[in-house]
Amino acid sequence: MKVVITSTSDSLTSTFDRRFGRTAWFCILDTEDDAIRFIPNEHLNASNGAGLKAAEMMGELKVSKVISGDFGPKAKQLLDKLGIQMVVIDEADSLVQEIIERLNYTK
Amino acid sequence: MSSFKIAIASGKGGVGKTTISVLLYHQLQKTMNETISLVDCDVEEPNSRIFFPASTQTNKEVAYQEIPMIDTTLCSFCRKCVNVCEFNAIMMVSALEHAEVNESLCHSCGACEYVCDRQALGTKRVAIGEMSQHNTSTGVLYEGRLEIGSVMQTRLIGMLKEWGATDHLTIYDAPPGTSCSVVETLDEMDYVILVAEETSFGLHDLKLIVRLVKALQLPFGVLINKAGLGTTPLKAYLEQEHIELLGEVPHNLEFAKASAQADIFSNIPWSIQTSLERVTQKIKHKRVEL
Ligand code: SF4
Ligand code: SF4
Repeated sequence: MKVVITSTSDSLTSTFDRRFGRTAWFCILDTEDDAIRFIPNEHLNASNGAGLKAAEMMGELKVSKVISGDFGPKAKQLLDKLGIQMVVIDEADSLVQEIIERLNYTK
Repeated sequence: MSSFKIAIASGKGGVGKTTISVLLYHQLQKTMNETISLVDCDVEEPNSRIFFPASTQTNKEVAYQEIPMIDTTLCSFCRKCVNVCEFNAIMMVSALEHAEVNESLCHSCGACEYVCDRQALGTKRVAIGEMSQHNTSTGVLYEGRLEIGSVMQTRLIGMLKEWGATDHLTIYDAPPGTSCSVVETLDEMDYVILVAEETSFGLHDLKLIVRLVKALQLPFGVLINKAGLGTTPLKAYLEQEHIELLGEVPHNLEFAKASAQADIFSNIPWSIQTSLERVTQKIKHKRVEL
């Protein structure tokens, strides 16, 4: 399954980004083969609907779970409809790597 | 009688714009033999009616917007509509055959329908607010009230202006600031009265709205409210920019209190009354001139 963590930059040593819709990057972890990818959030600066667009992207990527700090109400609704699980953590200083380690998906 | 549309605007809230609108409405009605209308275009927070506790509602109408709906059985998930939507209102996940339009983001521009070549887009009506007409002790008052959460303020203002159009003199109380809602209110006005306060913030806010009315190429003048309160070089600015000073409504504490309690017509102080008379006189001249 695919798990996404919102990230401030594009490496494992980046800090976690608390914002879902306005995160800079998405870190995508594929638990099947342990592959990790970073993709930029192209709607980061959209004046409207950034959260919804991010949720849409999660759907297209067939993500099962998203880890972030703050999902807006609209994004939450859509993620719910798409059957994507949301996990809220409130650890602004954590590194993406630390969060992945805690997830404990490694085989 | 021909119509004459006057908007009352200010660069920011809190300068007494609504009080001035209501007083001018009252004063103009007293001196003219036609029914004057007041249209409250501050649809997010309409408050002109507070000044007329005895008013009665005579008509009302719900304003709608058309929201597109995507029929996923016809849709090919080509995303043309998604890409053309400037407001990011369409969510589409082809992997899950999911497509929806977000009501609170959609501006009913019709672009998506235009680009779809599969006729997959239908529409549904969604209420954006309510327009109402009232008889006040003075004349007629129109009010628009935006549905909470709707982003269609400009659409509602446009509809309200059309709904309340008469061939008489009409005063439009604009929302505060210089937003799109203000631009929509000022559209097709014959004259604009800018209400300003003689404080340093007041001057700053006035400059912003002056820039806007100049860009819209509308004839305008400035009315100083609560005159005598501050000491900023507001008048020097008006002179330097060759902007007409329509009048000054002096500051009067007792009256300010009364207007806060919405009982303002019963005893308008003579100093304010004289200044209102002068301004309405000027407005009448404008109507002949313009
Ligand atoms: S009508 Fe305009 S704003 Fe609404 S969904 Fe279609 S393109 Fe977007
Ligand atoms: S343009 Fe029409 S066919 Fe293409 S995705 Fe939009 S609704 Fe579907």
